Amino acid sequence: MKWNLDVIGKTKIWFAISGIIILAGLIAMFTVGFNWGLDFTGGTVMEFNIGKPFQTSEITNILISHGVKDSQVKAIGSEKKQVSIATKSLDDKTRAEIVNDIKSKFNLNDKDYLSSQNVGPSIGQEMKFGTVLALLVASALMLIYIGFRFNFEMGIAAIMALVHDILIMLSTYALLRIVVNTPFVAAILTVFGYSITDTVVIFDRIRDNLRIMRKASYAEIANVSINKTMTRSINTIMTVLIMLVLMYFFGPASIKEFALPLTIGVISGGYSSIFIATPLWVIFKNKEIKNRAGNKAAKA
Amino acid sequence: MRSKSAVKFISVIIIAAVIAYIAFFGIKAGNYSISPVQDNIRLGLDLRGGVYVLMQAEGNVTSDAMSRAIAIIRNRVDSLGVTQPLIVKQGSNRIRIELPGINNPDQAIKFLGQTAQLKFVGPDGKVILTGADVKDSKAIYETDQTGVQQPVVTLVLNDKGTKAFADATQKFLGQPIKIMLDDKVISSPNVRDVITNGNAVINGMQNFDEAKNLANLIRAGSLPVTLKQVEYSSVGATLGPSALKASEEAGLYGVILVMLFMIAFYRLPGVIADISLGIYILINFILFALLHVTLDLPGIAGMLLSIGIAADASILVFERMKEELRAGKSIRASLDYGFKKGFVTVFDSNINTLIAAFVLFFMGAGTVKGFALTLIIGVIASMFTAMTVSRFLLKTLVEMNLTDNKKAYGA
Repeated sequence: MKWNLDVIGKTKIWFAISGIIILAGLIAMFTVGFNWGLDFTGGTVMEFNIGKPFQTSEITNILISHGVKDSQVKAIGSEKKQVSIATKSLDDKTRAEIVNDIKSKFNLNDKDYLSSQNVGPSIGQEMKFGTVLALLVASALMLIYIGFRFNFEMGIAAIMALVHDILIMLSTYALLRIVVNTPFVAAILTVFGYSITDTVVIFDRIRDNLRIMRKASYAEIANVSINKTMTRSINTIMTVLIMLVLMYFFGPASIKEFALPLTIGVISGGYSSIFIATPLWVIFKNKEIKNRAGNKAAKA
Repeated sequence: MRSKSAVKFISVIIIAAVIAYIAFFGIKAGNYSISPVQDNIRLGLDLRGGVYVLMQAEGNVTSDAMSRAIAIIRNRVDSLGVTQPLIVKQGSNRIRIELPGINNPDQAIKFLGQTAQLKFVGPDGKVILTGADVKDSKAIYETDQTGVQQPVVTLVLNDKGTKAFADATQKFLGQPIKIMLDDKVISSPNVRDVITNGNAVINGMQNFDEAKNLANLIRAGSLPVTLKQVEYSSVGATLGPSALKASEEAGLYGVILVMLFMIAFYRLPGVIADISLGIYILINFILFALLHVTLDLPGIAGMLLSIGIAADASILVFERMKEELRAGKSIRASLDYGFKKGFVTVFDSNINTLIAAFVLFFMGAGTVKGFALTLIIGVIASMFTAMTVSRFLLKTLVEMNLTDNKKAYGA
C-alpha cells in the first residue's frame, strides 16, 4: 500500500482532537473523579457463588448484623448467581464470621467461596507515590536514551507524546469509570513502553531521511517518513490489537478490565506517534530556524 | 547450493520441533529425564487458587526481630501442611506469605497472625514458664569434655523464670521438659542438672542451623513482634484454574490469528515470521521455567502482549524489504538491506520498552513485577529470534530459489 497523507499540514486538527478528549477526561477527573479500586482505597471484597438467584438485601442484612453498614453488594456473573461484596477493611474475626453466616444461610461449601481480598489503606498511598515516581524515572531515562541516540528535540517530542498518551489513558479510566487497581499501573506503563517504541520507529526514519533529503523542509521530511512507515504502524497496531481484543473476549474477568484500557492506550500510542510526536518535532525544528534567523537579524 | 540450503532450512525446523516436543511432553532416557516445561513453571495464586497475606510488624523492628518472626511463621505454615508455600521478607518490616490450595483461608490467616505462644511444660503437663519469662536465647558452639565443638542453644531467664526453672529442674531431674510453640513440641531436652542461676543450655542439636532455628523460635516467643495483616487476598480453587483456562484460550486464538495475519500480509516471509514466532513462544516458556518465573495473570497479559511486539520486529524488517523490492533491487539484496536497517530500528525501539519494563520491575509492587518480568523476557527473546532465527530461515529460503516472483515476498 502506498500512502500519501499530509499529516503535518493538518497539525491543528490532530491537536484539537486530542485536546477535546483530554479536556473531557480532565473535566470528568475533577468532577466525578476516578473509580478508585480496593488497591488504592483499602477495604475488603469477597465473592461467593450463591448458585441461585438471590436478593442483595439478604446479604446486606447479614453484614448489618455484624455492624458493617456501608457496603456495596452486587449480583455478578452472566446469570447473576454470584455476589460481590465490598466493604471497608474488615478484621479477620469479623470477616470469618460473615463468611460463615453467608455459607450457612445459602448452604454453600468451601468451593463456593470464590475469592476475597483485603487491603489496608496505607498500601494505596504507597502505590500512588510509587507509580508517579516510576513514570518520572522511566521518562528521564528514555529522554536520555533518545537524546543520545537521536537528538534532544526528538526526545522532548517523544516524551510529550507520552504525556499525551497518559492523559488519554487517565481520561479513559475517568470517562468509562474503569476501576483503578494494580493492573492500572501496569497498563499505563505498558502503553508508555509501547508508545515510545512506535515513536522511535518514525523518528528513526526521519533520522534516515534527514540525510537523504537534504534540501527538503522539515515538514516534507516528516510527511515522507510518516507515509513510509504507515503500513508498518497499522500492521503492528493490528497484531497487538488482535491479542488484546482476544484477551478481552476470552480472557478471565481480571484480564478483561485490563485489556480495555490497554486497547485504547495502544491506539492512542500509535496515533500520538504519527499525529502528535512528529508534528511537535516539526514545530520545534521550525522554531529553531526562526530563532536562528531572528538572531541573525538582531545582529545585523 | 539449493539443496544445501534446503537441508539447512529443514534441519532448523526439525530441531525446533524436537525441542518443542521435549519442552511440552518431557523426555526420559535412562537416568536422565526432562520434565515438561509446564511442570516447571510456577503458577501464581490467582491461577491455581490459594491465599496470599502481607503482614507488617508494628513499630520499630530490627532485622533480627523480623527473621525471628519469619521463623515462627514458617513453623506455623509447616504445621498447616501446605505444599510449596512462599514466605519472604518484603521491604524492611513486611512478610509476604503465599499458601496455595488452602480451603479455609480465613482460619489459616487467623492462625498465622496470632501472637506466638511459647511454653515450657513439665512431664506432669503443667506449664513451668512461658515466653514472657525468657530474656534471651542464642545458638552458640560449646566445647564438650572430649573437646568436640557442639552447637547448643542457650537460655537466659528473668527472675521469676529463674526461680520457677530452679524448682522445676529439681523436681524433674533426669526427665524431659518439653518446649512448646503454639502447642507444638519444638524440643524436649532432658534435665541433667538443677539450674538455679537462670542460665540453661539445650544440647543435642544436629547442626548449627537447627540450633539457630530453635533459638529464633524461643526468642520469638519471648519477644513477640506484633504482626498486623495489611493486605490479604484469596482465590478459590475453582476460580484460579478457570482463569488459567480462559487465558490459555485467549492466547491460543490470538496467536493463530496473528499468524494468519502475517501470512495474508507478507506471504512467504509471513510463513517464516510464523515459524520464528513459534520458536519465540517456545524460548519464552523455556526461560520462564529456567528463571523460575511465577506466572500470574498480569504475567500472562505481559506475555501475550509481547507476542504482538515480537511480530512487530518481523513487520519492521519485511516493510523495509518490500520498499527495496519495489525500488527494483533483487530479493537477496532487499533481504540484507531489510535486516540491516530493520535491526537498528528494532534495537532503538525495544531498548525504550526495556527501560520502561526495568523501571517497572524495580519500582513496581507485587503483581506489577510479574508483568514487567514477562515483558522483559519477551522483548529480549523477540530481539533474539528476529535477528537470528528469522534472518537465518529467510536467507536459506531465498537461497533455495523457490520462486523469483517478488509478489511471494509481499511486494
